[in-house]
Amino acid sequence: MTLPNDTAQSPANATSPFLKIKDLVKKFGDTIALDHVSLSLDRGQKMAVIGPSAAGKSVLLKCLAGVYRADSGNVLIDGVNIAKSSDNNQENWADRIGMLFQQNALFDSLPIWQNVCFQLIENGTLGRKQAKDRAVELLGLVGLDADSALLHPSDLSGGMQKRVGIARAIANSPEILLLDNPTAGLDPVLSNHIENMIDTIARKQNTTVITVTNDMEIAQKRYDFLTMMHEGKVYWHGKRDEISAAQNDHLAQMLKGSAQGPISMRTRNRGQHLVA
Amino acid sequence: MSKTQQAPGGVRSKGLADYLNDENVRAVIYQIIAIGLVILAGWYLVSNTLDNLERQNISTGFGFLDLEASFGISESMIDYTPKSTYATALLVGLLNTVKVAFLGIVLCTIIGTIFGIARLSSNWIVRKLAAIYVETFRNIPVLLQLFFWYAIIPGAFPAARNALEPIPDVLMTNRGIYIPVPVADNAYEFMGIAAILALIIIYFVKKWADKRLDATGQPFPIVWASVGIFAGLVLVAYLAGGAPTAMDIPELKGFNIRGGYNISPEFLAVLIGLTVYTSTYVAEVVRSGIEAVPSGQWEAADSLGLKRSVSLRKIILPQSMRVAIPPLTNQYLNLTKNSSLAVAVGYPDLVSVSNTTMNQTGQAIEAISIYMAVYLGLSLITSLFMNWFNNKMALVER
Ligand SMILES: Nc1ncnc2c1ncn2[C@@H]1O[C@H](COP(=O)(O)OP(=O)(O)OP(=O)(O)O)[C@@H](O)[C@H]1O
Ligand SMILES: [Mg+2]
Repeated sequence: MTLPNDTAQSPANATSPFLKIKDLVKKFGDTIALDHVSLSLDRGQKMAVIGPSAAGKSVLLKCLAGVYRADSGNVLIDGVNIAKSSDNNQENWADRIGMLFQQNALFDSLPIWQNVCFQLIENGTLGRKQAKDRAVELLGLVGLDADSALLHPSDLSGGMQKRVGIARAIANSPEILLLDNPTAGLDPVLSNHIENMIDTIARKQNTTVITVTNDMEIAQKRYDFLTMMHEGKVYWHGKRDEISAAQNDHLAQMLKGSAQGPISMRTRNRGQHLVA
Repeated sequence: MSKTQQAPGGVRSKGLADYLNDENVRAVIYQIIAIGLVILAGWYLVSNTLDNLERQNISTGFGFLDLEASFGISESMIDYTPKSTYATALLVGLLNTVKVAFLGIVLCTIIGTIFGIARLSSNWIVRKLAAIYVETFRNIPVLLQLFFWYAIIPGAFPAARNALEPIPDVLMTNRGIYIPVPVADNAYEFMGIAAILALIIIYFVKKWADKRLDATGQPFPIVWASVGIFAGLVLVAYLAGGAPTAMDIPELKGFNIRGGYNISPEFLAVLIGLTVYTSTYVAEVVRSGIEAVPSGQWEAADSLGLKRSVSLRKIILPQSMRVAIPPLTNQYLNLTKNSSLAVAVGYPDLVSVSNTTMNQTGQAIEAISIYMAVYLGLSLITSLFMNWFNNKMALVER
């Protein structure tokens, strides 16, 4: 088993990688969700994160998106440490990051088009008319028709909600795209379409993509880098062609547990953190 | 389930035993028996009472409503003298009840929402203070709170001679607060009508603007348009009515204040007591409504870099409304019903006026049935309104 290996990515620009995660630690009480996680990626690179349930995959993405504040460690984007930035900075780097949540987390109270472009409306990038046009355009990218723009999340099927979540994640043309199980629950044709779309975005906009997936096949076929997590630690990280047959088997073995069924996430309350 | 055994179309004659074994038939029979017992009991009570009343030479019926009330009522929203009828007196009481209940509902909603949100603040002190407010006033019986405010308010202000005047022409005394009011004039009626008209127009403009926004994405300055329509129409009505400027200003005459509009200590005690008490429950409703929104909604909002206040206002609160409206309705009903405790501090609400009426005429059954019907009516109106509101919210959010 190889250790997390920084040289594996060998960035073109050898000075410092675009995204650098160093010794990230996140605890919830006694649970260590992230245990000294270190990774780095360059612009336009795609990484798949795989691992059994409760490995800390979602927590990792949320720390990168600034939803959770890590207990220690650094997240450097272009050399700027976002893990230490204050809440006021959140708005700035939220502009550079897009995230799809495992449970989609669409806003139930808003119609689809506002869901997709809420950030752009709120930060004043787009007027409502432009926002709506942009939403329809983005919905088209994920294979939803313009009519769905006026519906509410509860009017949509699970797969459609997932795609709206993806449209929301890419609405601000992020430099880093975080996708928590983007193809879970989608049929093979649709998941192929979504993966193609992610490819296109990564290529055209030079976006760094980190995708959590339970599908080993997709991960190996479509992603440049694989990261295997277990109990908060990175078990294996490297280029996909570096993975040996033995390791592959081992990964498949570990994944079995997590691939068995839909993973339910506890809905925890964050009311305590609310600022009046 | 003998009924279901019947072959389709086949007619099998049923015996009495069959019927008695049928669950549906049995259910009907039980209900008939139950209703019969209730009617019997009711008839027994009523006929007994009627007998007793007859023996005491008290006539029954609502004829007394037309008689002269011959008692004074300390505050009234309509013209009333002791020469007015009992019907008018009861109407005065009803209006006083509605006044205090309506204002109480509005205020407890505002205050309760603020404290409900404050209980979830990230600031420790704010959170604790809100918790203390809620836990204290929620756990003291509301009747005691009314007594408390009624003891505090007159004591806190000087006698009329030394009235406080915090704002020019507003006098605060131990007999309540006196504020200047415009002298009655037709113009104000016009303005009222204009205001209602403006609200109706605004409603339709807003509907049209929303539709256009959804269809074309073109925003319409609805807030400014509404302010313009409202202010414009009301102003036109004011000018058309001759632009009256006469004000009724409270002044010290002898030992008393004359003129102006008096907000009595009784009214204040009831209003503050009911508002504070009910606001604690509203706070709890708001808090649990917010907590019922899945944490993922906060997280998603965070990932978009939204400010906490924006997330709360545009994403969390609209969703918590759905859970909050039914228990909120309950609190409004409670406040309305609790307003009958006003009698304890001498605020002339419906119950207080009814009690006086009852004592003078002896017509307890009629008086009580009037106020029971009124409270039932008020509660039903509140419920219907909240149901309508709930359906509207549910429709928007699904
Ligand atoms: N907000 C939270 N509060 C407390 N514990 C949490 C929270 N979020 C995650 N955890 C804990 O952190 C650990 C990692 O959770 P995480 O959601 O990252 O798992 P995962 O790898 O995404 O699993 P899955 O494949 O099931 O989605 C779990 O033990 C979980 O219970
Ligand atoms: Mg997860």
